[in-house]
Amino acid sequence: MTAPSFSAAGGRPRVVIVDDHGLFRSGVRSELGDQVEVVGEAEDVQPAISVIGERLPDVVLLDVHLPGGGGQLVVTALKAEHPEVRFLALSASDAPEDVIAVIRAGARGYVTKTISGADLVDAVRRVAAGDAVFSPRLAGFVLDAFAALPPADQAAPSFDPEFDQLTTREREVLRLIARGYTYKEIARELTISIRTVETHVSSVLHKLQLSTRHQLTRWAAERRLI
Amino acid sequence: MWPHRSRPRPPKISGPFRRLPEDGLAGGVAAGLAARRGMDPTLVRLALALLGLVTVGWVFVAYVLAWLLVPVAGEDQSIASKAKDDRRGIALAVGLGSMLVALLVLVGAIGGTWVGTIGWPLVISAVGLALIWRNSSDGEQRTMRHLVEPLLGLTADGRRPAIAVRLSVAGVMLIAGVSILASVHGHITYWPLAGVALVIAAIAVVLGPWWLGIARDLVAERRARIRAEERADMAARVHDSVLQTLAMIQRRADQPQQVIQLARAQERELRAWLFDGRAPGSLDELTLAAGVRQIQQEVEAQHGVSVEAVTVGDCELDDDLAALLAAAREATVNAAKWSGADVVSVFAEVEPASVAVYVRDRGKGFDPAAVPEDRKGLAESIHARMARRGGSATVRSTPGQGTEVSLTMPRRAGERQPSRT
Repeated sequence: MTAPSFSAAGGRPRVVIVDDHGLFRSGVRSELGDQVEVVGEAEDVQPAISVIGERLPDVVLLDVHLPGGGGQLVVTALKAEHPEVRFLALSASDAPEDVIAVIRAGARGYVTKTISGADLVDAVRRVAAGDAVFSPRLAGFVLDAFAALPPADQAAPSFDPEFDQLTTREREVLRLIARGYTYKEIARELTISIRTVETHVSSVLHKLQLSTRHQLTRWAAERRLI
Repeated sequence: MWPHRSRPRPPKISGPFRRLPEDGLAGGVAAGLAARRGMDPTLVRLALALLGLVTVGWVFVAYVLAWLLVPVAGEDQSIASKAKDDRRGIALAVGLGSMLVALLVLVGAIGGTWVGTIGWPLVISAVGLALIWRNSSDGEQRTMRHLVEPLLGLTADGRRPAIAVRLSVAGVMLIAGVSILASVHGHITYWPLAGVALVIAAIAVVLGPWWLGIARDLVAERRARIRAEERADMAARVHDSVLQTLAMIQRRADQPQQVIQLARAQERELRAWLFDGRAPGSLDELTLAAGVRQIQQEVEAQHGVSVEAVTVGDCELDDDLAALLAAAREATVNAAKWSGADVVSVFAEVEPASVAVYVRDRGKGFDPAAVPEDRKGLAESIHARMARRGGSATVRSTPGQGTEVSLTMPRRAGERQPSRT
């Protein structure tokens, strides 16, 4: 994974918060405290694109739902020009299609708005460091999306096995995340290192974003993602 | 004794013979008989009335005796057992009886033997009714007053022309009928029938409208009772769903997203109830994912912890999976109540061969070797519930690190695939 890029500001990741609720933005700001440096806020797609393009933060906390469209519009607009800006989707939405849309657009993770302040800081740091952050809910969505097919290492080769299926280990990791385990607990449970857990999660994220698998494509199409 | 009929019959009630005054016209004897035999009460009433004519009134004596001696359904004491302590009532009954007997003897001496044949049953019935009147419950007294009221009204409202006409027509018919019956000695055989017919017609003219009124009142009363029951049921359901949600919304007023979620869920539930007829909280037609959501909402509402629920795949609920959900609810409530953790994670996964639910908290945990009795009981109930249906449950807990309950239930063959692909 790429090296952390936020050393400039004394190890504090620079963050932009995009959410249409002012109350929520200030709430997140106070929860993050001085653990991060909030360099900007925006309340809709267009303002977000200009603020992020201007301030170039390490991490964007991005609401999945915005008045001017889905959060994925922001990601798509900035991805090509500023690949170094990382997005962490933040939402109260239960709808898998919205979440998966943002992830497929390029967000590095998804957490629910009920997350605690400490966990949010941790998630921001992880994303800033280039890791993927899966909340239990996202893990559930991904398992759902890849479900009903045998794991990659047991299946007959497909067109693109690398992206189209999850390995048994990846499934195990996702299941444990969905069960509410932290990376540390997963590492202990599976007797692997935390680094390996992170690698698995990143690899799942990668597959999720790049897969053209028939199943996933149809799953997405049914939910009007494509 | 009665031919079977094709329309659905009321359910048969077993156990000892009891009166059902709620469903009856007078003492509920006919209704009680009908319920016991699984017959239509109206049929029983008709049969009793016919028998009453055939036996010249002795069936009415039997009816009154049954009224006296058979307790109301759900009670042990009959009216007779109360009446035997009612000295004044007995005195009154004896007085009334002796007076009527004297009258009977007198009329018998003047008129003819026919007075005796219908007189005796009437006397005995009147005495019985007097005892019933004094010793029955308020409800039954009301029924009796209701039955007698028009008779009293007949004399009080005598000035109304319609009643006067009715009374005089009935009077003429009654006199004609009675005189035919009185002169029956010997002559032509169809005369007595004409006399009986005239007497019945006279009674019908006087009491017919009143009978109709009673029937109408009974129908209205029954309808009102059904409405009241429906209202109570509705109140209970609204309390369980809407009022609970409103209470939750008040408690979460500072979390707009959650309030929106709650309101949305409640709206869905209410719509399902009002327009699809699916009662709130009912598990039928629910899927596993909906069941997990329900557990989440209820535990959050009742125990003030947040429940992070994740479901992968979905399927219809059967009895096994309902048991799985019940165990999962138990585990979630346990975690909410005992662990001290703010968040309980519930993860449910539907796989082709089985459904697994994991309930995890990062609370204080416990030492499985030193479990307090009450928690052990709950764990037992989870274990037993799962084992009965062929599933399994394991509880893993480490003091200081939290608890995880894993539940697995095999799926029955022939179910559809779990994913929505």
